[in-house]
Amino acid sequence: MKYIDEFRNRNAVEVLLKEIKKLAKHNWTIMEICGGQTHTILKYGIEDLLPESINLIHGPGCPVCVTPLEMIDKAVTIASQNNVVFTSYGDMLRVPGSEYDLLSVKAKGADVRIVYSSLEALKIAEENPSKEVVFFAVGFETTAPPNAMSVLEAKRRNIQNFSIICSHVLVPPAIKALLSSNNSRIQAFLAAGHVCTVMGYEEYIPIAEKFKVPIIVTGFEPLDILEGIFMAIKQLESGMYFVENQYSRSVKKEGNIHAKKILNDTFDVVDRQWRGIGIIPMSGLKLKPELEMFDAEKKFQLQNLNRNESELCIAGEVLQGLKKPTECNAFATICKPETPLGAPMVSSEGACAAYYRYKKI
Amino acid sequence: MEDKQTINERDFNLSCPIPISEYDTITIAHGGGGTLMHQLIQKMFLSQFDNQYLNLQHDGAILEIDSNKIAFSTDTYVVQPIFFPGGDIGELAVYGTVNDLAMCGAKPLFISLGFVLEEGLKVADLWKIILSIKKAAERSGVKIVTGDTKVVEHGKADKIFINTTGVGKIVAEISPLNCKVGDDIIISGKIAEHGIAIMSARSGLNFETSIQSDTAPLNHIIEKLIKNSDKIHVLRDPTRGGVASTLNEIASIADVGIEIYEEKIPIDEQVRGACEILGFDPLYVANEGKFIAFVDPQESEKVLAIIQSDPLGKDAQIIGKVVANHKKTVIMKTIIGSNRIVDMISGEQLPRIC
Repeated sequence: MKYIDEFRNRNAVEVLLKEIKKLAKHNWTIMEICGGQTHTILKYGIEDLLPESINLIHGPGCPVCVTPLEMIDKAVTIASQNNVVFTSYGDMLRVPGSEYDLLSVKAKGADVRIVYSSLEALKIAEENPSKEVVFFAVGFETTAPPNAMSVLEAKRRNIQNFSIICSHVLVPPAIKALLSSNNSRIQAFLAAGHVCTVMGYEEYIPIAEKFKVPIIVTGFEPLDILEGIFMAIKQLESGMYFVENQYSRSVKKEGNIHAKKILNDTFDVVDRQWRGIGIIPMSGLKLKPELEMFDAEKKFQLQNLNRNESELCIAGEVLQGLKKPTECNAFATICKPETPLGAPMVSSEGACAAYYRYKKI
Repeated sequence: MEDKQTINERDFNLSCPIPISEYDTITIAHGGGGTLMHQLIQKMFLSQFDNQYLNLQHDGAILEIDSNKIAFSTDTYVVQPIFFPGGDIGELAVYGTVNDLAMCGAKPLFISLGFVLEEGLKVADLWKIILSIKKAAERSGVKIVTGDTKVVEHGKADKIFINTTGVGKIVAEISPLNCKVGDDIIISGKIAEHGIAIMSARSGLNFETSIQSDTAPLNHIIEKLIKNSDKIHVLRDPTRGGVASTLNEIASIADVGIEIYEEKIPIDEQVRGACEILGFDPLYVANEGKFIAFVDPQESEKVLAIIQSDPLGKDAQIIGKVVANHKKTVIMKTIIGSNRIVDMISGEQLPRIC
């Protein structure tokens, strides 16, 4: 398959691994920010191929994992109401709220439907004018533009029975927060290629300068990841720190200008709670006041819920890259994909799920 | 709200979700062919119905009546949509049960049909399904010998559900317990076609492909194999849960390790593309016209050639072997040369976000 097979080529992988081994003279800790990259790393056993001096840690770039408990509970509350069609990406259905997940309320009779795009949810709203159709808008800068589009479309076509729970988060503030933490061990970042396809990478330039870390915009195939790691080590070994674009077949410095405009027209940037991490300033998106009629939290008049999470699992430390999933006592014992203690075990992009599936022994 | 000024000076406020350890209701994930379903079978069914026939956990039961060995199998079909690219619920029901019998080493003979019809089902649709069942039974060489029909109120079923039970005569001793270290593992063709065909036909998931379900009767090709080789140890059709779940089941029942090679696994380019887009691992996607054979290495090339000579098996490949280490675990040599575990899936594969 074009654009896939070339980037999973065994010979090319071996060549690059040799180069990495030649280059890496010191111990380096590199974080890949995106859950999709974490999965590639685990699925292809990339850690085992790298020299031991290279330590990969897995970042909070899994939208399912960082969606706060409060939001899941709000989703469950709305989905449980009569006359509501609740639509969501599939991953969100098994993320535990404080009592239920969406799959459980579906089993109890709620109309919960998996969609691939918010525009499908909008279509359901158009076809069911007597029902309230709510879409669970989660994700980073990647899913935000299409979800913004659905709101703008709903406004343009005057579809009043459509609303979204807006739980979008932004990557650069999270990188800043991680680097500001006293615990940070991160010496270089692989930035998420898809996010940068939308946003470009100008925002990362001051971060690399301020914190003196190389940031490599990286793709998602095994060769992309290895090349990203190679570029990071090259900078680290020579004491450099700047933003480099490994994923140039998709990413332009300025990003997708049209998508960025849609984001600006639809959302304001606000402080946001990240599950497992806490509040990160100016890290979330909220619908602009003139689009409030599409905000499900407003429409269903939900109060702010204060939720305390149990201390059983170490999702927070995993999401910050402080610990690996296998360092958790609950990992693969009481915490498994079928009985998840934390969101990273649920999502296909969660680090714990990736370790469980590919690296249990 | 926390004081955002402190974010730089403090460690993060670590928090973590409260567990849902066990569901108190059945969820759709319990039917996905993965570990949740296995839990249900182990904890609730096997523990209560415990007997020597059931405990073998074959695709059907192997029974002995007056020294005649028969295979006995049942399955229920609830596929939605009822007409899909490459087939419909009727032929799926016949072939599914025929294949389960064939995987027990049996020649399928008789089939029963139980219909649950939802009020409002179009008679023309039922007729189409009946004709399809007739054709499928003729193609597989089985007779529909008894049946039952129930109609339920609108909303109490989804158009039509079909239960089939089949009986066949055992002609070879095939069992997961016969699996031996060194056995070669053959897959009879390209994987994941049924699951992707169904996904592409479901409303809400708007992507168009020309992928057809692979639904087909496997009894004739199995009969040919059994006639020509007595070194076939295990047969299984990797339906729900896909190749990965089937291999895990066998590794677990036979207490062996299994090794497979990613580059050997046959898969259609369109199916691969759809899996990439949807975020699915094709190893976990359902097949309805494929089987996996565990064969003594002395005869595996011969068996492979016989399978490949049949139109239903032209893309067959040896994809792995049974090994003595990593018992009860399936390991895949990836295309880039590393190893990874191929685990049993926990529930259904959920479409990913981005």
